[in-house]
Amino acid sequence: MTEHLLLRHRDIPNIDQLDIYQQHGGFDAFRKAVTTMQPDAVIDLVKASGLRGRGGAGFPTGMKWAFTDKKNWPHYVVCNADESEPGTFKDREIMERNPFQFLEGVMITAYAVQANLAYVYLRGEFWQIASQLDRQIAELEAAGILGDKLFGADYSLRLRTHLGAGAYICGEETAMLESIEGKLGQPRLRPPFPPSFGLFGKPTVVNNVETLTNVPLIVARGAEWYRSFGTDKSPGVKVFSLSGCINRPGNYELPLGATFRELIVGRGLGVPFGHKIKAIMPAGASSSLIVATDEALNTPMDYESVPKVGAQLGSASVIVIDDSVDIRWLLDKTLHFFKHESCGKCTPCREGTYWMSHLAERIASDHAAQAEVDLLYSVASQIKGKCLCALGEFSIEAVLSGIERFKEDFVS
Amino acid sequence: MLAEKYPLETQNILAKYPPDQKRSAVMPLLYLAQRESGYVTKAAMQDIAALCEMSVTEVASIVGFYSLYYDKPAGKYRVQVCTDLPCALRGADEFLSKLCENLGIKVGETTPDGLVTVEAVMCLAGCDKAPMFQTQSSEGITYHENQTIESALEVIDAWRQQEKQA
Repeated sequence: MTEHLLLRHRDIPNIDQLDIYQQHGGFDAFRKAVTTMQPDAVIDLVKASGLRGRGGAGFPTGMKWAFTDKKNWPHYVVCNADESEPGTFKDREIMERNPFQFLEGVMITAYAVQANLAYVYLRGEFWQIASQLDRQIAELEAAGILGDKLFGADYSLRLRTHLGAGAYICGEETAMLESIEGKLGQPRLRPPFPPSFGLFGKPTVVNNVETLTNVPLIVARGAEWYRSFGTDKSPGVKVFSLSGCINRPGNYELPLGATFRELIVGRGLGVPFGHKIKAIMPAGASSSLIVATDEALNTPMDYESVPKVGAQLGSASVIVIDDSVDIRWLLDKTLHFFKHESCGKCTPCREGTYWMSHLAERIASDHAAQAEVDLLYSVASQIKGKCLCALGEFSIEAVLSGIERFKEDFVS
Repeated sequence: MLAEKYPLETQNILAKYPPDQKRSAVMPLLYLAQRESGYVTKAAMQDIAALCEMSVTEVASIVGFYSLYYDKPAGKYRVQVCTDLPCALRGADEFLSKLCENLGIKVGETTPDGLVTVEAVMCLAGCDKAPMFQTQSSEGITYHENQTIESALEVIDAWRQQEKQA
């Protein structure tokens, strides 16, 4: 890759300044959309680009926008900047360092679904980023790029930030909407889905920060250009957050379909202290554990290939586990997280994460009999498919795969 | 009253949401209320309930649900160390226990001078720069990354000096 598409601040110094961003074509795409394109044409373009949601689910972005109910108004756009998955820190870098490209993506999305008000929902810990975005939004208003009757067209748009307050569950889109409405961040029963019943009961598009940061370039350079990156079914580039037992942790922007080896060895320079790589979690704490065989390392990181080695690409938060790590300890860690973050609304998740966490703690402390490992596996299996949202479903991924694939760690 | 003490901020917060969605302002108003004493007082909850047209119980449930709101006082600075998996793989657990040892307190406790409360928290999106912590105080939230015990104690010492001068 000769240039970064999302982490453009790595190529262009001070792109977080409005004038510099504009010197590099910033807001030309938004202006082009508002002044020369019908909203549906923007949606069709994003559909044609094959862009898929980068928050984890990989749902086709243009298709989601097209679901917005045109019989019910007003429409809203909510950007998911709640980034709370252990191992994920990509949206933070984008918003901190390349904020205007991100904001332009939110704005084009709002135009495409004809929303006049969009919210950026940031996790509460991103307090400083929210203050910075507030200043940048004010700059855009002062420059006439946000506000009423933009570029002489009959379209008006306002952006607002909304800070969460420390709740992983608010990354789930319907819990996020509840949270903006001033309620407990608990997921809604779906359907109806947000494009028909979203914020304040109105049609709403919810997209992740990274997803939206792709949009200005797609509008500026075209769908075909975008499809020249990545694979046929997973086009484009992706920011991979690399963490754990790795020499050079950090964010790396690579085309979708790059292999685990290219990321972990090529960019991250492998595991430190002479250890060997034991396992890979490609989707943060919500991930299954992949045994780090040669086959796994040679697997392309895209939405289709990762399931073939028994995990999901998710938000592409790749946590590397070396051979000094006891998988029992790892399960204790991840289950402690899910127990803490379960919102308590549905029973399988609330009770399941609680009891799994207690069992894992005992197992990790070496005080458990084999029967307790079996019990943990059994509880996890029974949670599967029964939760109201993905949090509960994700809480068992590491448990089931860990016990199945790393049996030797559980022999007492 | 919150609205009288911070008229401009309150007005700006309410203006962020449609006029018939006052309840949406509850979270930013709670941050505003917490600014002064580091926690949300009963009186503030009543003010916010009136502003957002909701019951005091509903406001209290929001405080209880979200980790960054507090209904009890603690140290002037909350040092919140992430000990989730990626940070733990880079020594966050040892960092936390050594930090506590140096301060002579246990996790969750406050130093005798009332300055620092140390807590273990969930992922803060700083996994590549662990060990790391955030500090929550009346000035907002600040990240401290790529930390050692020495660098963390320097941060805390700077607060102590600041206190002495104040």
